[in-house]
Amino acid sequence: MSGTVHCWGHQPAIAQTPHAPVWRDETPGQLAALHARFGTTLPFGNGRSYGDSCLAASDHVLHLARLDRFIATDWSRGIVRAEAGMQLATLITAALGHGWFVPVTPGTRFVTLGGALANDVHGKNHHRRGTFGRHVRAFGLLRSDDGTLECTPQTRPELFAASIGGLGLTGIVTWVELQLMPVRTGWLDTVTQRFGRIDDFFRLSAELDPLHEYTVAWIDCLARSARGVYFAGDHAEFGPDAPSPGRVWGVPATPPVSLMNRASLALFNQAYWRAHPAQPRRARSWYQPFFYPLDRIARWNRIYGRRGFQQFQCVLPDAAAEPALRELLGAIAAHGRGSFLAVLKRCGDLASPGLLSFPMAGHSLALDFPHDPALEALFERLDAIVHEAGGRLYPAKDAHMSGQHFRHAYPAWERLERLRDPALMSRFWQRVTT
Amino acid sequence: MKRILIVGATSAIATACARLWAAEGAELFLVARNAERLAETVADLTPRGAAAVHGFELDVNDVHRHADMLEACAAALQQIDIVLIAHGTLPDQAACEADTELMLAEFATNAGATLALLNRLAARLEMQRCGTLAVISSVAGDRGRASNYVYGSAKAAVTACCEGLRARLFRHGVHVVTIKPGFVDTPMTRDLPLPRPLVISAEQAAARIVAGIARRRAVLYVPAFWAAIMFVIRSLPQPIFKRLRL
Ligand SMILES: Cc1cc2nc3c(=O)[nH]c(=O)nc-3n(C[C@H](O)[C@H](O)[C@H](O)COP(=O)(O)OP(=O)(O)OC[C@H]3O[C@@H](n4cnc5c(N)ncnc54)[C@H](O)[C@@H]3O)c2cc1C
Repeated sequence: MSGTVHCWGHQPAIAQTPHAPVWRDETPGQLAALHARFGTTLPFGNGRSYGDSCLAASDHVLHLARLDRFIATDWSRGIVRAEAGMQLATLITAALGHGWFVPVTPGTRFVTLGGALANDVHGKNHHRRGTFGRHVRAFGLLRSDDGTLECTPQTRPELFAASIGGLGLTGIVTWVELQLMPVRTGWLDTVTQRFGRIDDFFRLSAELDPLHEYTVAWIDCLARSARGVYFAGDHAEFGPDAPSPGRVWGVPATPPVSLMNRASLALFNQAYWRAHPAQPRRARSWYQPFFYPLDRIARWNRIYGRRGFQQFQCVLPDAAAEPALRELLGAIAAHGRGSFLAVLKRCGDLASPGLLSFPMAGHSLALDFPHDPALEALFERLDAIVHEAGGRLYPAKDAHMSGQHFRHAYPAWERLERLRDPALMSRFWQRVTT
Repeated sequence: MKRILIVGATSAIATACARLWAAEGAELFLVARNAERLAETVADLTPRGAAAVHGFELDVNDVHRHADMLEACAAALQQIDIVLIAHGTLPDQAACEADTELMLAEFATNAGATLALLNRLAARLEMQRCGTLAVISSVAGDRGRASNYVYGSAKAAVTACCEGLRARLFRHGVHVVTIKPGFVDTPMTRDLPLPRPLVISAEQAAARIVAGIARRRAVLYVPAFWAAIMFVIRSLPQPIFKRLRL
């Protein structure tokens, strides 16, 4: 594949040279060649990770986007085996026709199966279904030292656990076998309600989360009261045919400066909050706008300008969540730069099979910030609050956390390091483990 | 439901076309030379919506097996609505200049085998009195350039053959589409230093090809701006053209 690839936030803006196998039998040769020529490489899915966890230390990645075929499907049981470069979008389209859906999906459907496995992604139903890794039955793992292995919880428990949430470091996931979730339609019954204060969010979350498959909240962190909108959804039993695909808008070029500034954010947040009802409103939504509102705008990451942006996502354990969240929001409001996207979500206590999985029982907060040198001080403050509360940051969204915080929050990192394929190394791993 | 034969089905452009047709619910008969890759491609297309997918292993240079292939295809599909011929190699021009045998072999794959296939397919579609023959030629066939005239002359032969067939077959209700891609990002062009802004993906090429076949276009430049570029290149007089390093 010609050209270069980047991480989603363009921060750090380090171009990666992709080496893209087209057929399954080409992957071992390409891995060996990259190992020999550049020392190390890293598998790369579709670059939907925000920071340096998808960047190779050598800046030469093994790009798996072309390995995107179905291998076998059992529609009677909802079991699909496909190459690791397949995007969730492709899988969902095929599965819906047979009455199945992916059991866990992140906020964009343009992630690959390999990328979803390596970050053990979570969705709006974490409190019901846990992480992606819980639904993986088996996968193929190509290692530079041991060749191609088939991993299941029974046959290779160690590598299975280490690869789920393993940040692409334990080997190249060549295919994934996934257990899908039965659904009747591609429609969702939704409930939307705005709230004026963060206490109201906790009340709504405690009351409604247990009743719904999907729940999430958006918050306006520029408003002093941290008002927001609470969304819940469940797969609908009935619904018309799929709507015709809406138009995809694109951001044609990267503006020299970010279009996200305090004034535009305040205006947007104000209008967005007002647009939602004060009392619970029920509606029916096609799955795409419900799960993937941002996918409607191709390359929306460009609106942050040439300097890119950074996401900050943390999870706070239940015991400390409320006060820590207040502190975080207070620090952000005091900093005054705000965030366009602030998403709050309750995580459940279903354990992940993965060693380095991010979610834990508690609340997760995700924020986007245009990149700016002044962010460093803010992030330092936020990191300290998270650390203090016993929480942790999400490597998939990170470009800044300190090695000390990482190693404290993910004590299993040494077990992963022992199982790391010597031919694989990311810029993230280099940054946080040395 | 369309019934479609694809020769060279594991090439990047052909696979991308097959996925679009599969999503429309077509029945596909795929021909390729590498058995394993053919099987991987066949397995991929049913979940994407194809009504049925058949595979047939064939090296197109095995001209005496063309008839077997066509018989198997006719047996599987009954009627052939669309044929896409997409096999091809990108010869190493310098190596061909040094090795006449190699040059002839490359010419045989890119021109001889295609003409042989077209000859049999034309008879079949003429008998059906319906269907579309779509053939991937190249902008390289529009003029002989110093840097790749072996490939270019093979594609020129394909282009001329298609034009003749179009005139022969149209009175029988059969349509012929000549497809002329410019620079497409595929494994075949992986190591070429192509001018980035002119390069499109195999998926983009396929979208235009599938739409162009449905609209029964005669000559389809992929993407469209190549029609303008090639108009200029074809208009250059010899004294200028021979001095250009193209
Ligand atoms: C708009 C948006 C919303 C998001 N929402 C969520 C969300 O709700 N929840 C959530 O958890 N995440 C979310 N994410 C993050 C995203 O889900 C993850 O970063 C995901 O892992 C990206 O997948 P990818 O295929 O693009 O992989 P990449 O970003 O290219 O790579 C991710 C990691 O996977 C590894 N990897 C990729 N392919 C393979 C393979 N075949 N074998 C081994 N390792 C591999 C890479 O080395 C890297 O470490 C969101 C991202 C965006 C852009």
